[in-house]
Amino acid sequence: MMLPPLSRLSPSARLGGAMLAIFIVLALLGPTLAPHAVGDRAIEGFPAFLPASWAHWLGTDQNGVDALSQLLHGARAALVLSLVVVALCSVIGVTIGVAAGYFRGAVDLLVSRVIDILLAFPGILLNIAIVATVARPGMAVLVVALVANGWVGYARVARGQVLSLRERDYVQAARALGASHWRVMSRHVLPNLMGPVIVQMTFAFGTVVLVEASLSFLGLGRHVDHSWGAMLDQGRTFFWKPGFIRYALAPGLAIAWVVLAANLLGDGLRDWLDPRQRGRS
Amino acid sequence: MLPSARVPIGAFILRRLGLGLISILGVSVLVFLFLHVIPGDPVDHLAGGDATPEQRAALEHCLGLDRSMPAQFVGFLGHVGDLSLGHQCPDPASKPTVMALIADVFPDTMVLAVAGMAVAIALALPLGILAAIRRGTWIDTMAAMLSLSGIAVPLMLLGPLLLLWFFLDLGWLPGPSETGAMALILPAIAVGTHLMALLARMTRSSMVEVLGEDYLRTARAKGLPELSVVGKHALRNALLPVITIAGLQFGSMLSGAIITENVFARPGLGSLLVAAINERNYPVVQGTVLVIAGIYVLVNILVDVAYGVADPRIRRA
Repeated sequence: MMLPPLSRLSPSARLGGAMLAIFIVLALLGPTLAPHAVGDRAIEGFPAFLPASWAHWLGTDQNGVDALSQLLHGARAALVLSLVVVALCSVIGVTIGVAAGYFRGAVDLLVSRVIDILLAFPGILLNIAIVATVARPGMAVLVVALVANGWVGYARVARGQVLSLRERDYVQAARALGASHWRVMSRHVLPNLMGPVIVQMTFAFGTVVLVEASLSFLGLGRHVDHSWGAMLDQGRTFFWKPGFIRYALAPGLAIAWVVLAANLLGDGLRDWLDPRQRGRS
Repeated sequence: MLPSARVPIGAFILRRLGLGLISILGVSVLVFLFLHVIPGDPVDHLAGGDATPEQRAALEHCLGLDRSMPAQFVGFLGHVGDLSLGHQCPDPASKPTVMALIADVFPDTMVLAVAGMAVAIALALPLGILAAIRRGTWIDTMAAMLSLSGIAVPLMLLGPLLLLWFFLDLGWLPGPSETGAMALILPAIAVGTHLMALLARMTRSSMVEVLGEDYLRTARAKGLPELSVVGKHALRNALLPVITIAGLQFGSMLSGAIITENVFARPGLGSLLVAAINERNYPVVQGTVLVIAGIYVLVNILVDVAYGVADPRIRRA
């Protein structure tokens, strides 16, 4: 795929990319950078609700655990979850979408109906329904819940692209020259799909963090240790006490940071990869 | 396009209704499968630890779990057919049907969703139009930043923050679990903010596109005042796609309502659903999910049909 020069990337896309990079670095190094232990290993036993200080930048929570350390561990959890879900969704979605668009007929009809059905759900409802079926949902259940409808966006994009690509002259020419289905797909169709799929992946990064937080917030299990959603849920229980707002504000703004970064970069990448789309929403 | 290729509006509506029914049926199958295939026994939760085997068997019979899967699904469809959407166990006679529970809180969620929609449109249109007219100025930049924060700040943080400012600090508006029109303002802002952000961005880009059209240059050239150019000629054409997206996003209002009802301790489909999940009250979970999905499908059809009336070109195929 021919890429436009990097210099065409808009300033807001660069800002989003930088914000996302900061998040990824903090998530990778987080558990190392964290000044104190968290979870079961938090045996230092600080007093609960210590105010912010040099030793505890964000204070300690109701269990006497350092809040900044929790936030950094939460970044790792958010990164791992996003990567796993986005990878699974994109592979599954693109495979299904390409198959539907390329072979059309019965395959396409089936795929389109399934997509319609999944889109007939407000997304989070399906996530809730799946998580609700398990008494103590863990990371695996959460991944299943998020992938269950997460692949649909990729399938839709891929199907639409392939439907138009397969009619192009160069694809027809390749078929006429006797190229196999596999060769046509891998050499001529897939490379042209990468742009829209990467844009979709970028946006999804923020969505995954947001949906996990929503589920934890609704009290549907503690899915991931030290997740930002769980911190936010705990934080709001003493939100009303003067000076305690930071317990909800810190994880809430961390979530907003990732969502904002993903949206800025996603918008920018879309314009960069397809300048005709510039300025459209 | 040849006139013969046009689909009459009646056939178009029928086709959309048919597809919608298939979608709802698919949703029913999905919900049914999730609640029945995946491990986890609702009887354990309902019966408690010290239930006798007879009590457990009675519960199983009441929930229909002693029948085969297909028989259970037919039973579920039967409850959809007789509009009860199922009953609660144990002792179904003394408890309201699932439909009665849903009907009780349905208006609350609808009012919240419509109010959120109204807030979103009322704020998004001026913001988007202003940004488009003053493109490249600080107004445009401010509008863009406002939209981005509306997209990024999670509802779970925005809701409590609104309560903190306008209820606790300023005392202007009622707090959680209160009723009345004033108590609707904060939840409506919370649930509408995300859509507001999306619509403001759409309005801006749609306006920018229309403002560059030839017929607007003509309107200006013949000396029309700017207000008339923007207000009459540009706005009308720019708004059609925005209104369509607003309609299609009604479902996202329902998703947002689930969280908003939780934050503001309001009754509604979301609160009902979350409570039913925590109690493992599967008939209620199943019924609520189905109703929300049903509204979603119905609204999408209405928007499609309205658009099909407004623009006959999309009725094709």
